[in-house]
Amino acid sequence: MPQSTDLLQGTLDLLILQTLTLEPMHGWGVAQRIQQLSEDVLQIGQGSLYPALYRLEYKGWIRSEWQITENNRRAKYYRLTQTGKKQLAAELATWDRLSSAIASVLGGAAEASS
Amino acid sequence: MSLWSRISNAVRGERLNREIEEELQSHIEEAIASGRDPREARRAFGSALRAREASHSIRVAGWLESLLADVRFGWRQLCRNKVTSVAAVLSLALGIGSCVAAFRLIDALLWRPLPISNPSKLYVLSRKMIGLYGKPAEDSYWATPDFNLMRDAAKDQADLIAISDADRTDITWSTDDDMEKAHVVYVSGNMFPVFGLEPTLGRLLAPADDRGPGASPYAVLSWDYWNHRFGRDPHILGRLLHIGDQTFEIIGVGPRDFTGTETGTITDIFLPLNMNSFATQDNMMWHRSFLMLKPGLNPATALEPLRQHLSAVSRAFEAELSKHFSGMPQTFIDRFLNKKLVFYPAGAGISDLQKDYRRSLAILGLLASLVLLIACVNVANMMTAQAAARAQEMALRISIGAGRRRLVQLILCQSALLALLASALGAFFAAWSAPFVLSRVNPPDDPARLALTADWRVLLFGVGLMILIVLFLGLLPALRVSAVRPVVALKGGEDPHAPRRLMRGAIALQVAFCFLVLFLSSLFVTSFQRLQNRPLGFSTDRLLLLETVADKGQLPVIWNQTAEALRAVPGVNSVAISGWPLLGRIKINSEISINGAPPSPTSAWFLNVSPGWLSTMKIPLVAGRDFNPEDTSPGAAIVNETFAKTFFPGQDAIGRTFARGSNQPPYKIVAVTPDVPYSDLREPSRPVFYAPFDEIDHKSAPSTVDFATFVLHTGAQNPLALADSLRQLIAQRHNGLRVSNVTTQLDLVRDQTVRERLIAMLAAFFAVVALLLAGIGLYAVLNYSVLQRRREIGIRIAIGSTRAGIVRIVTLDVFLMIALGGCAGAALGFGAARYVASLFYQVKATDTDMIALPALAILLTTLVATLPAVLRALRTDPTVILRSE
Repeated sequence: MPQSTDLLQGTLDLLILQTLTLEPMHGWGVAQRIQQLSEDVLQIGQGSLYPALYRLEYKGWIRSEWQITENNRRAKYYRLTQTGKKQLAAELATWDRLSSAIASVLGGAAEASS
Repeated sequence: MSLWSRISNAVRGERLNREIEEELQSHIEEAIASGRDPREARRAFGSALRAREASHSIRVAGWLESLLADVRFGWRQLCRNKVTSVAAVLSLALGIGSCVAAFRLIDALLWRPLPISNPSKLYVLSRKMIGLYGKPAEDSYWATPDFNLMRDAAKDQADLIAISDADRTDITWSTDDDMEKAHVVYVSGNMFPVFGLEPTLGRLLAPADDRGPGASPYAVLSWDYWNHRFGRDPHILGRLLHIGDQTFEIIGVGPRDFTGTETGTITDIFLPLNMNSFATQDNMMWHRSFLMLKPGLNPATALEPLRQHLSAVSRAFEAELSKHFSGMPQTFIDRFLNKKLVFYPAGAGISDLQKDYRRSLAILGLLASLVLLIACVNVANMMTAQAAARAQEMALRISIGAGRRRLVQLILCQSALLALLASALGAFFAAWSAPFVLSRVNPPDDPARLALTADWRVLLFGVGLMILIVLFLGLLPALRVSAVRPVVALKGGEDPHAPRRLMRGAIALQVAFCFLVLFLSSLFVTSFQRLQNRPLGFSTDRLLLLETVADKGQLPVIWNQTAEALRAVPGVNSVAISGWPLLGRIKINSEISINGAPPSPTSAWFLNVSPGWLSTMKIPLVAGRDFNPEDTSPGAAIVNETFAKTFFPGQDAIGRTFARGSNQPPYKIVAVTPDVPYSDLREPSRPVFYAPFDEIDHKSAPSTVDFATFVLHTGAQNPLALADSLRQLIAQRHNGLRVSNVTTQLDLVRDQTVRERLIAMLAAFFAVVALLLAGIGLYAVLNYSVLQRRREIGIRIAIGSTRAGIVRIVTLDVFLMIALGGCAGAALGFGAARYVASLFYQVKATDTDMIALPALAILLTTLVATLPAVLRALRTDPTVILRSE
């Protein structure tokens, strides 16, 4: 089983929002999709997934409704709201800035060590 | 998910938990369905309980959930002690209701701004002066010519507005037969525009209506009058209104909420100032003058120069006027001129009712808040006792991790519940009691009317009061609870005396308040009793008064013929005529000049009476004879004893003469009567002379009389039974005489004591409530204390303490507290009594029985309240106690 990596604080929200841009999904689906896309590097503990979903819902970025899954079971589906979309854009911009900043710091360190 | 959903989730916590449960379950099933091993899936999921808790706290407003739990718990606590809780709620409700009712009355009479623009810039002009009997007095009434001069002088800085007091006037809408009363006010034409008022209908009076005397026969109705008299008839404009021999055309209806500037009276009809014949008379001071500062002027700086300017203008006017005073002593003229103009804020309106009731209402408010305080102390004691009983429970809560904030919240919730229930009940009480008290403020035939609206001011006061009560009740027990040290408490209790010490302090406080209430009540009740039982010197028994007017004046002979006709009616024993009734609203004084000397500084009241008036009133003669039909005024006079003593000290007054001013025809004294109250029951005896009803002018021709009162002694127990037939009898004579008002002498005497009766009634009510509450409080504290010290008392009895000794240890400290509280209450009482001394009648705060009465009442209450606890202590059976420990 591949090594899982701890998530940086706050990135879980970003991942969930990004995952939900494609289609409405239920909790299990969100966790699976993140795991697949990250090639099993990122495994979301259910203990943090649902609180995160409820938090996003409280903030008004996603909405939920009960639907029937492809396996013919009742499940709660989450979808992105308009404000959620805007928030995602803002968070993506922040993330880009942050990651490039980290990259440049780490790049400098790599040069120094070489 | 909004805040609202979090709040609603808090209320339906169970359903939410099920929903979360279901979602998590579906997650696991999804995992299994996609090929995971069920055990592996569950393991990967982790602790379901933890996930649920974490999820729950996000989806629920946590503070609200805990609050709800506390409210439920507090409610159960209240339900557990049903009797005490109900008593607490009822006593608090009574206190809160009384306070809110007092606030409503005080606010409506004294504080609420008039519904006009810029009420804060409205002032009323008054003059401080030395009054008739050398005491400081105030004169708020102005002559119109003087007002006109001042208005012109001030026109750049302020608008001066003349408004007369509301007068209950006879008016007719069609024929003379349907005469009715309405409150009529004369105003200067600028009042409506300066107040920024808009008509509901037609137009309002305008400055153009101030032109010459009698030139603007227009009337504006107040909305209230239009509503209750005409049912908001839209065709009212153009209708004619008759007052005396004047006719007015209705030109408009005022705005809905404006009822005039005389708080306590609702104006019905507004007439132009110049339509009153007084408006042209230099020496008739008859209306108030208001001043509205122009916008942009700062009252702090603009008022004083304006005051000095107006003062100079008015003084010049009066100096000119005084030149025409002939034969007046210089001191009199000096007193007339030596006045100081003052401005008073008038944003809440100006009325005599305010002056009369300001202190009474303050006392009412004080009594109500004292009763509320006593009730609060009771309930706080109850909660302290309960908190002490729950010390172990609280210690346990703290040791298993309850936050102290949460515990404070728990206690405050309980007190908030109490206060909320009490406030709801209290609101009903206030809604009923404020109008009830108001209806007893004035004589029943002309009640005071105030707009007692339940608006945001009242609401704000009520909510503020409630928050104070919650804090007062809950804070102390809450802080005590949160200071609990669990180790000590669980081991067997902290200092067991701590709550008792607190409660004993509360007793002292309660007794002090109670003493204050009782002390003030006994002063007011005694005042009222003494005033009511004051010897009158005349009989009010079966005396009917017909206040009669002759609009165009009528000769005395016609009046006497009418009296003769009344005498012939069966059931009428005797009939006399007086200018106006004793103790009515009219009083007129006159200079007295002896032997042609300038008038003395003391003036005398007078009254014109017909022969037989003294015997009808059952006023005896000290010496001399009654008037006979030949006596005229000037000519003969009857004086009271104070008159004789004042003007003829040490001499026999009969046969002597006096005149009403120098160079006036003389009156010869034919009799002396005992003093009877003239216009005010409270006043000491003043010099009074009675003159014959038949007046003659300087050519010895009879002069006409505009109004007089027929005084009838009737055979019937209720003199008013005859009123209607007598009124008709006078109307049928068609001699110009018309009955304007019917009353009885007894009612006039009763009307004199309306205020005293009201205060005495309320004070007695509050005294009973205060005593009852203090008694209950005392009983509860002692009972609790004996229960708590059961073990100690048992041991004392077991080792041979006497019964007296037991009684002593149980009651000694309580009696100390009561003595302490009583002394504090007496000190407070003296302070308060000084402030309201003007409301007392022949009673002083230092009278021994005024202190003895409340002290005795408290002592008796104490004895009754302590008895059960003492008996319980004495009945303590040491063997039972010691076995159970």
